[in-house]
Amino acid sequence: MEDFLLRALIAGVGVALISGPLGCFVVWRRMAYFGDTLAHSALLGVALGLLLGFNLTLGIVATAIMIALLVTLFQHQKRIASDTLLGILAHSSLAISLVVLGLLQGYRVDLLSYLFGDVLAVTLEDIYWIYGGGTIALALLGYIWKDLLALTLHEELARAEGINITLTQTLFMVTVAIVIAIAMKVVGVLLITSLLIIPAAAARRFARTPEQMAAIAALIGGASVVAGLFGSLQWDTPSGPSVVVAQLLLFLGSLLAGSLLRSVRP
Amino acid sequence: MTREVASQQNGSPASPPHQSQADCGCGHDHAHVNPASGEPLIQARDLTVEFGGRVALDQVNLTVHRNEIVTLIGPNGAGKSTLIRALLQAIKPNKGDVWRRHGLVIGYVPQRLNIDPIMPMTVKRFLSIPSPHSLAECKQALHSVGADQTLEQPVQSLSGGEFQRVLLARAILRKPDLLVLDEPVQGVDFQGQTELYRLISRLRERNGFGILMVSHDLHIVMAETDRVVCINGHVCCSGAPTQVSDSPEYLALFGGQTKPGLAVYHHLHDHTHDGMASQQHTHSLNVDHPDKPDVAQKERN
Repeated sequence: MEDFLLRALIAGVGVALISGPLGCFVVWRRMAYFGDTLAHSALLGVALGLLLGFNLTLGIVATAIMIALLVTLFQHQKRIASDTLLGILAHSSLAISLVVLGLLQGYRVDLLSYLFGDVLAVTLEDIYWIYGGGTIALALLGYIWKDLLALTLHEELARAEGINITLTQTLFMVTVAIVIAIAMKVVGVLLITSLLIIPAAAARRFARTPEQMAAIAALIGGASVVAGLFGSLQWDTPSGPSVVVAQLLLFLGSLLAGSLLRSVRP
Repeated sequence: MTREVASQQNGSPASPPHQSQADCGCGHDHAHVNPASGEPLIQARDLTVEFGGRVALDQVNLTVHRNEIVTLIGPNGAGKSTLIRALLQAIKPNKGDVWRRHGLVIGYVPQRLNIDPIMPMTVKRFLSIPSPHSLAECKQALHSVGADQTLEQPVQSLSGGEFQRVLLARAILRKPDLLVLDEPVQGVDFQGQTELYRLISRLRERNGFGILMVSHDLHIVMAETDRVVCINGHVCCSGAPTQVSDSPEYLALFGGQTKPGLAVYHHLHDHTHDGMASQQHTHSLNVDHPDKPDVAQKERN
C-alpha cells in the first residue's frame, strides 16, 4: 500500500472514531446547524492563524470555541431567532476568512483543500494532531457522557439532580471545537457536519441504547472512510467528498437493512 | 389582593424547623390530619419570584416533612410549577429563600419528559441515568412500582401510565428523602390514576418519603394527602382534604367504590382575584356549598 494512502486511512479512521460518538449528541441535541456554523468558522481560524502567525489547528480550536461562546451569549436574547443567528455567524465568518485570505497576497493558499479537505496529503504531523486531539476529545466526551445524557433528556431534571449544566455544556462545545479542528484535515469545512451526523443517523436503527448508537456510529464512520478513500483512488475522485458519498450510501443501506430487520422480527 | 390567609397560617419563619401546619386557618376540623409527622425536609420561606416585573409567587411559605404528603393545587398560571422549580433551585427567588435539610436527596418526576425516538433508550438504561445502578436494583425498583415487564423495552413504546411508573422507579433508585411529583397522573386514564395514587401511597408507607405533589385537578386530590395547599400567586388556603367516602355525591360519581384512592378538597378563601388573569378561579365555589360540591362545575386546569 502506498504511504500516502496508509496515512490517509489512519487519519480518516482516527477522526471517524471520535466524530461518530460526538455526532450522536449533535443529532440528539438537534445541533446540526450549530456544528455547521462552528465548521464554517474554522476557516476563520485558518485565516487568522496565517495572518497572525500561530499554529493553524490551535487557531481553529480557538475560533470555534469563541464562536460557540458567542452563540451561547446571544441565545439569551429573543430578537434574533437562533437559526438566523447561526446563519449570520456561519456565513459572515466564512466570508471574512475568504476576504482575509485574499488579502494575504504572500501566501499560496490552497483554498479547495480547506473547503473540501485533502486527506491524501496528510502528513505525519497531521496524524499526531488528529490522534492527540482525538484522544483529548474522547476523554472529554467520556467525562461528560452521563451528565450530558441526563441534560439532553431533561434539563430541569438534570439540574434538580445536581448536575452542573454550564460546565457540561461548555465542555461539550470545547469537544465539538476540537473535533472540527481535526476533522477539517480529512473533509474540509464545508463537509465536516456530515462526519458528525450521517454515521449517527445511520446507527440509530441498529442501536437499543445511546452507547450502542455511539459505538455503531464510530464503526460506520470508519467503514465509510475506508470505502470512500479506496473509491477515490479507484475512480480518481476528490477524497473528502468521496468519503461523504460513502457515508450516504451506508446511511441508505441502513434504512434498507433497518426495514428488513423490522419485517423479520416484528 | 389580600394575603391574610397566607400570613396567618404560615407567619414568617426565621429558621427551620417551623411547624405551624396544625392551624391552617381554613376553619376545618383537622382532627384527622397527620401534621408534621417527621422532621422538616424542605421549606420555602417568604418565597417571592418575579418574571419581567410580573409577580409569579408572592411571599409563599411551604414546608414538607418526612412521611408527609403535600398536594399543591391551583389554576393554570398560578405558579405551581414556578414554586416547584424554585424549590428544586432551578430558578433563583427575588426575595425569600429555600431551606433544605442538610444532604437532602430529591427524587423528581417532571411534568413532561418526552424521550425523542432519535435517541435509543431502553428502560434498563434509562434507570441508570445519570448514576449507574445494578440490574438487581433496577429490577427491584421496577417491581416496587409494578412495572417489571418493561425492563428491556424501549421507553418510547411505553404507555403514559407505564412511563410514569418508570419515572417513579428512577426517582426511587436515587434513595431520596423527598419525592417531588409534578402532575404525576396527568394523561393517565381514571383507572390508572387511582392505581398510581395507591402506588405513591404505598411508597410513602414503605419508605417514609416526604412527598410534594402537584395535582392537575383543583378539587380532586389523592386520598392519602395530609395537606392540600392551594396557590394562586400566593397561598390562598390550605388544609386537609375530605375523604371521598365521607362525601356521598362524589362516592356516587365514582361508582360506589368505597376507596377510590381520591379525596375532595373544599377550598376556603376569604378573597377573590378580580382583575387577575385567572378569573375562572372563583373561590366561593365550595365555600357556599361546602357539603354539596357540584361536580359539573368542577374547574379543571
